[in-house]
Amino acid sequence: MRRLHPTVSFAALGTLALLYLPLLAVVVFSVNASRHGFVWRGFTLGWYAKLLQDEYVLELTRNTLVLAFVSTAIATVLGTLLALGMQRFPWPKPARFAMELVLQLPVVTPDIVFAAAMVVMFGLLRLAWSIFTPGLLTMIIGHVTFQTAFVALVVRGRLALLGPTLDEAGRDLYADRLFLFRTITLPLLLPGVVAGALLAFTLSLDDFVISFFTAGPTSTTLPIYIYASVRRGVSPEIHALSTLIVLVTVFLVLSVERATRYRKE
Amino acid sequence: MTRIVVWYGQLISRPQLYRRGLLLVCSGFAWLTLFLAVPLAILLVIAFASRSAYGEVEWTFTLENFRRMLGFGALGWSSNTLRILLRSAWVGFVTTLISLLLAYPLAFFIAARPPRTRYLGLTLVIIPFCTNLVIRSYAWMLLLSPELPFAQLAQWLGLVPHFGALYPSAAAVYIGMVSTALPFTVLPIYTNVERLDWSIVEAARDLYASPWRVFFQAVLPQTLPGLSVAIILTFVPAMGMFVIPDLLGGAKYWLVGNLIQQQFGASRDWPFGAALSFGLMLLTFVGIFLLRRWRAEGELV
Repeated sequence: MRRLHPTVSFAALGTLALLYLPLLAVVVFSVNASRHGFVWRGFTLGWYAKLLQDEYVLELTRNTLVLAFVSTAIATVLGTLLALGMQRFPWPKPARFAMELVLQLPVVTPDIVFAAAMVVMFGLLRLAWSIFTPGLLTMIIGHVTFQTAFVALVVRGRLALLGPTLDEAGRDLYADRLFLFRTITLPLLLPGVVAGALLAFTLSLDDFVISFFTAGPTSTTLPIYIYASVRRGVSPEIHALSTLIVLVTVFLVLSVERATRYRKE
Repeated sequence: MTRIVVWYGQLISRPQLYRRGLLLVCSGFAWLTLFLAVPLAILLVIAFASRSAYGEVEWTFTLENFRRMLGFGALGWSSNTLRILLRSAWVGFVTTLISLLLAYPLAFFIAARPPRTRYLGLTLVIIPFCTNLVIRSYAWMLLLSPELPFAQLAQWLGLVPHFGALYPSAAAVYIGMVSTALPFTVLPIYTNVERLDWSIVEAARDLYASPWRVFFQAVLPQTLPGLSVAIILTFVPAMGMFVIPDLLGGAKYWLVGNLIQQQFGASRDWPFGAALSFGLMLLTFVGIFLLRRWRAEGELV
């Protein structure tokens, strides 16, 4: 690699600062003892302690995690099956094109349009079945829908790397279909599935727009709560909560990184 | 009729193979069709329906919603809606441009690191990308508040009144948008920069090309695939954004996203919201289509 002009490095560091200054500000104010204003009044972990005693916040955390875990589980299964079915069969061109289109649809649709479509669909379904009133179920359906496509894309990438040779070798040695899948395909595919699941989980935690549109009064999640609090005026507890969410995100990103790095080796 | 093929080391007839494949994909496609393709189709139908006085959807065919989108309301023509649409496209354009200007140095900076720290650099870009958008937007509100250096500098320069904050303002929206879009621009460009053919750059230098010319004729063409992906990934979400303008821009700086949100929220005017959604979708697809074509031509050159 060539040496870079100092202005390039300088601009790059400035850009990184643009990405991290806001997050840093949240972290700093979450340990600032002053409740109002922006003067530094000394270090405290009091806001975190208060946060952990807040029944409502704990309930919202539970909602958020249930939503993320359930939707990730469903999306991982659907996405993996989708990837296997799309990658490993000689589909004729029109069928492949149609599949590709449906799979890319959640990726290219602006999330506000996606959310609007969800509102309309649940509104109509509600006329027939009352279980579709806005709540945890509608949120799970919304999340699974955009997660599935991303899981399928990640797993498919991994499948493309595997190729047919190992299956062929297994066949030559008289392995049956189930044995092949259990001992060869699945273990080799697992890093891709794990990476896909972690990505889906991160997407679920990161989502605000779709949750906001499909949530009911009892299924509020942390991002919705933060949004509502910000509009009323922020408090140090919100900074503490946001800091914790950022930390979880960092952990998840590093995990995805590990899972995919394994793939390259 | 049944032809036998060898597929993944197995002797099998085609119908059998398709049956097996369908069994695998049916659940996923059923889900995506039922909960995404069908709802989008319903949304398109509703865009041609009308709204009753109580906010219900009335199934009478009308083009009224699209007329309203172009500004023809009950009270005659007004430029409000049209202005919001144009502003969204403009904000999307400016955001994309600034993000690209910032992304190139960062992509080169990361690519110039030794392999080990290169991963660290990439991870540093991915973390904000995965952080909740609400948190990132309100973090900017925090950073731009009156008591902190940025606002104080602006106060000192006379850009905002004494004790004034830097938000809500157009500038705050741009700052929020650019910092959100940056990972989307840096990552695709980086994948091209990493594989850059430096001998072309050297050749250009040997021939005494100016630094600008080296960039535009030896570097930029090599990053075109990443550049076009970056443009799509920035422009599309930027136009439909509603959290950032809502928190950082206030009511005076609405984008299409806010307008759509209002129709499905407070105003309860689904048909108009549906029409706006399709306006946004259409703009998105036109953008992607133009970019595809531009890229295809770029590869020929």
